[in-house]
Amino acid sequence: MKIVTRMGDNTSVELTPDELRADIVEGSETAAKRAKIPALTENEIDYLVDMFSCPSRIWGVERGHEVVMTKDGCVNALNSSRMSSGVVAPVNREVGVRLFESMLGFDSMEVAHNDYSVKPQRFLKALEQLHMELLQETTIIPLLYGFMPNLGLYYRPDGSFDNPSDLLPLGKIDEARRAQEEALEACLGDCVLMSDCMLEMGADGIDYDTVASTGDAEFLAVLKCTEHVAKETGLPVEIGMAAEMVLGFHGELEYDGTRLAGLWPHQQLKLCEKAGCAIFGPVVNTNTKKSVPWNLARALTFVKECDRVAEIPIHPNVGMGVGGVPMFETPAVDAVTRCSAAMIEIGGADGL
Amino acid sequence: MHMAHLLASSMGGLRTTGDLVARMELKKMRVNDAKKYVADKLHVTPFELSDPTLMRNLREELDIGVITGVPGVAKGLAAKFRIAELLGIEINCVEQFKKKTSTKV
Repeated sequence: MKIVTRMGDNTSVELTPDELRADIVEGSETAAKRAKIPALTENEIDYLVDMFSCPSRIWGVERGHEVVMTKDGCVNALNSSRMSSGVVAPVNREVGVRLFESMLGFDSMEVAHNDYSVKPQRFLKALEQLHMELLQETTIIPLLYGFMPNLGLYYRPDGSFDNPSDLLPLGKIDEARRAQEEALEACLGDCVLMSDCMLEMGADGIDYDTVASTGDAEFLAVLKCTEHVAKETGLPVEIGMAAEMVLGFHGELEYDGTRLAGLWPHQQLKLCEKAGCAIFGPVVNTNTKKSVPWNLARALTFVKECDRVAEIPIHPNVGMGVGGVPMFETPAVDAVTRCSAAMIEIGGADGL
Repeated sequence: MHMAHLLASSMGGLRTTGDLVARMELKKMRVNDAKKYVADKLHVTPFELSDPTLMRNLREELDIGVITGVPGVAKGLAAKFRIAELLGIEINCVEQFKKKTSTKV
């Protein structure tokens, strides 16, 4: 008997029942070993085996277990290019957000610019404020304002700070660290500016996306900005990470006495809670050379540990290439619905 | 991909009460606590919160916005004013609107 499932690159693959179970167990144990957390239990593995063995195209949560969705990327899926899995539909944000609310039934939405990083958005501050202001008048669902801190844009050639990627191979470790410390202050300033001005326009909260994409310096900037927003406004912040481990480009940066380099999702979560974050979005990147069952089991092991220790809601990222979902422009429905449901039934997610 | 998640796992926003539960999660409530809070305010069970039939009628009755276009039903800010009162929470844009439209000196 062969079970048809998918690989992390979205291609179809056939597995025997034994191969399926072995993949799930191995995926989970890989995460458990790296992060020193518990692997999935036998019952949870049985659920995943049943789920992937079922020939149904669609899978879902049990009725009554539905959760809420938060969104990144605004309406990029509608009006952007393939870079954002977009279909270049001729709709602006006012139309797009209303469609997500009414036609697609989203529980919340994000307003953001197509150029999704804070550095370019800063120059369009007034325009972004107007979009938030106007949309708040016509929509009912919560609207957050979002951006990627994307510290990489602050380094040369895009920005004015020396690039640590150039300095580190030359052995200039101190110089690389100083450059990151300076750049993170500039990034923090922009994040604070954009967060404050959007909240003045009535935003229901702020979403920081792909946090720590350039490592520990970026994570520190976001934690400090979250502290500011939480303390000064009392309004919610959602933090969506970029990877399951924080890369130590700097290596010595700390927040509240905890070194940021090398943190796993359940550890990232606790610092975000300390900073005042309202919703935490763990990310686990998909390995395209492994099967979706392997990837999902690995992702669930990380997320389950977050669920165990979390005091705030956790919304695991289940977009393209994360949370077990295949890395492909249009991930297959059979894979996405399974990852979606499993994140809730096993991962304990409060949303996605 | 969005549709896949919506079909598999989502409360469906205005189709049911997903927006209300989302608001409570933004106040740092985990999903079961958020559902219980909203269910208590609506005098329903948490299970019923995800039922589109029950919630469509209840939303119109409470006038807190519905997913289809119905003349006269609260929309936009008006719906959010009513949601804030129903849930006993502050909604940022509602508070900003009150400041903007207050004629008090």
